[in-house]
Amino acid sequence: MFYRQAGDFKTTYRDDIQTFPLKQDRWGYYIVLAIAFLVVPFFINDYWTSAVMLPFLIYAIAALGLNILTGYCGQVSLGTGGFLAVGAYGCYKIMTSFPDLNIFVVVLLSGLITAAVGMLFGIPSLRIKGFYLAVATLAAQFFLVWLFNKVPWFYNNSASGQISSPERSMFGYAITGPNADAPVRYLFCLTLLVMLAWVARNLTRGRLGRSWMAIRDMDIAAEIIGVNPLRSKLSAFAVSSFFIGVAGALFFSVYLGAVEVGEAFGINQSFLVLFMIIIGGLGSIFGSFVGAAFLVLVPVLLKNIMVNWLGWPTDIAVHIEFMVIGGLIIVFLIAEPHGLAQLWRLAKDKFLLWPFPH
Amino acid sequence: MNIGSKMASNIQPGEELLRIENISLSFGGVKALTEVSFDIKRGEVRAIIGPNGAGKSSMLNVINGFYHPQVGEVWYCGQKRKGLKPFQIAHQGIARTFQNIALFKGMSTLDNIMTGRSTHMRANMLSQAIWRGAAEKEEIKNRRFVEEIIDFLEIQSIRKTPVGRLPYGLQKRVELGRALAAEPVLLLLDEPMAGMNVEEKEDMSRFILDVQSEFGTTIAIIEHDMGVVMDISDRLVVLDYGKKIGDGTPEEIRNNQAVIDAYLGVPHE
Ligand SMILES: Nc1ncnc2c1ncn2[C@@H]1O[C@H](COP(=O)(O)OP(=O)(O)O)[C@@H](O)[C@H]1O
Ligand SMILES: [Mg+2]
Repeated sequence: MFYRQAGDFKTTYRDDIQTFPLKQDRWGYYIVLAIAFLVVPFFINDYWTSAVMLPFLIYAIAALGLNILTGYCGQVSLGTGGFLAVGAYGCYKIMTSFPDLNIFVVVLLSGLITAAVGMLFGIPSLRIKGFYLAVATLAAQFFLVWLFNKVPWFYNNSASGQISSPERSMFGYAITGPNADAPVRYLFCLTLLVMLAWVARNLTRGRLGRSWMAIRDMDIAAEIIGVNPLRSKLSAFAVSSFFIGVAGALFFSVYLGAVEVGEAFGINQSFLVLFMIIIGGLGSIFGSFVGAAFLVLVPVLLKNIMVNWLGWPTDIAVHIEFMVIGGLIIVFLIAEPHGLAQLWRLAKDKFLLWPFPH
Repeated sequence: MNIGSKMASNIQPGEELLRIENISLSFGGVKALTEVSFDIKRGEVRAIIGPNGAGKSSMLNVINGFYHPQVGEVWYCGQKRKGLKPFQIAHQGIARTFQNIALFKGMSTLDNIMTGRSTHMRANMLSQAIWRGAAEKEEIKNRRFVEEIIDFLEIQSIRKTPVGRLPYGLQKRVELGRALAAEPVLLLLDEPMAGMNVEEKEDMSRFILDVQSEFGTTIAIIEHDMGVVMDISDRLVVLDYGKKIGDGTPEEIRNNQAVIDAYLGVPHE
C-alpha cells in the first residue's frame, strides 16, 4: 500500500474535518497508541522511565499547553515554570488536605487551579502585546517562585522548604510515592497525555481555535468580524495554564516525588518548554510532541555518546550539549519557523502525490 | 437566527436600516468628518464616494464601532447605539471588508471564512473539548453554509491554501467571503475593487449585485471607479474634506454642481 492521497476523496464534511484524513495516518496513529499502551509497559525499566519516558510525556503536556497560548493564540509567555509550580503546589496542597481524594481527580483539580491563576496573569494581555507581554509573564514567573519559597503555608511548614508527595494509588497500584512502579507511573502519565492531546485537538479545530488564530494573525480584524478579544485571549490563557498545571502536578507527584520550587520550576523550565514548541512547530499539536521528544531525547543521546561511549568528562559533555541545542534553536528560528512538524509535512507532501507531482 | 437578523426582522426593504446623525470625528487637529448625516435603507446598495482623504474609510469605521465620533449619533434598526464594542456590533449583523486586506495570513481560505461565521456559532468550551455531538454538529452545519459561499465566489480550488500565499485579487475575494459568512444584515465594503483589472472588477460587481439580490443584504460600498459605482449603486453619498457635499441617486449626483466641482477642482492628493 502506497502512502498517498491520490484517489482518496472526501465525500462528507465530517470526513474532511477528521483529525487524520489519510487512512495511512489513521492506522499509524492507532498502531502507535496500541504500542504505547500495550507493548511499552512490559519493556520499560526504571532508567528509561525516569530518563526518557516520564519527562517526555509530561513535557509534551506542557508543550501542548504553551503551544495553545503562544503558537495558536500568539501570546508569548515566559511564565511556564511558574505555572508548572502552581500545578505542583496545588497538587501538594490538595493531596495533603484531602488524603482520600483520587489522584487522578487531584491532578485535574491542580490543572483547574492553574487555569484560574493563568487567567489572572493573562489579564495584562488585553492591553499589552509581544515583547511587553513576555516581560509581564516573566514577572509572573519570578513572583510565583518567590511566593512558593516565601510562604510556608504552601509547603506545610516543612523544615526543608521542599514538598514531597505522599503515596496515592488507583485500582490497588501505587501511582505516587516510593512504591510506585515504573510501568504504572508511565501509564498514568500516558493516559493523561492522550486525553489532553485529544482535547487540544478538539479545541483547536473548531470555533475557539479559529478565534485564537484570528487574534494571533490580526487582532483588530478578528474583533471587527465578531471575535471577543477578552474571551478569546483569556480562554487561551485558561486552557494553556490548565495543561501546564496538570504537567506541573505530574512533574511533582509522579515524576520527581519531591521538589524545591526554585530548582524544579525556575526560568530554565520556561525557556525549555518554549524551545520545545519552537523546534517542534508553533501552532501544531504534532509539533508539541515532536519538540518535547526532541529536547528530552537529544541530551540523553548526546550524553550517552560523549560520556559513556567516547569517555569524555561530564562537564565538557554538558557544555557541548548546551552548544548543540542552542545552535539548533537558532537554526530553527531562522530556517524553519514552523519547526520539525513542518519538515515532516513537506516530506509527506512529496510522497502524497507520488508518482504524479502535478 | 442570530442577534443581527432578529434586530432587523421588522425592518422592511426600503425602510431605514441605519441613520448617521450629525457625526463629527477628529484625530487631534485633523477633522476626518464634520457634521455628516445620511441614512441607509434596507436592501439598497449605498455608495460612499469622494477623493482620497475625504473621510470615507473613517465613516465605515464609525459605522462598525471602531472609531468613536466626538459628536453625533448612530441609529441602527431603530435603536440609538451606545457604548458598543466592535465585536458586539458584528454580532448585530454588521460585517465588513477592509481597504488594506486584513485576512488571517496563517490560516487557510476555509478557516478564514469559517472564522467569519463565528457570530452564528455558540457551542461552549466543554462541548468543543468533547467535540463529538453538539460541537461537531454545529461545525458541519456551518461548514455547509461556508461551502455555499465558496461555490458562490468560485474559490473551491484554494479552499485549503494559506491565504498569505494567494494573489491580491483572490485575497480580496476571500475577504468578501469571510464577511458574507456572517450573513450580515449590513455589509460594508471598503474599496473592494481597488487594484483590480476590468475583468476582475466585473466579477466583483456581479458578486456584489448577486449578494444584494440573493440574500437581500444591504450594502454600503466605497469605490473610486465612477463607471462601476454609478452602475451598481442605488444611492450615493459624496464626501469631500470630511463634509457631505452630495446625496442622491446616480442621476442626481451626476448633475450635482458641488460634486462636479469637487471632482474637477484641484485634487488634494
Ligand atoms: N486612525 C487615524 N489617526 C489619525 N488620522 C486618521 C486616522 N484615520 C483617518 N485619519 C485621517 O482622517 C482623514 C480621512 O481619512 P480616511 O477616512 O482614511 O479617508 P478616505 O478613506 O476617504 O481616503 C485623513 O486625513 C486621515 O489622515
Ligand atoms: Mg479609505
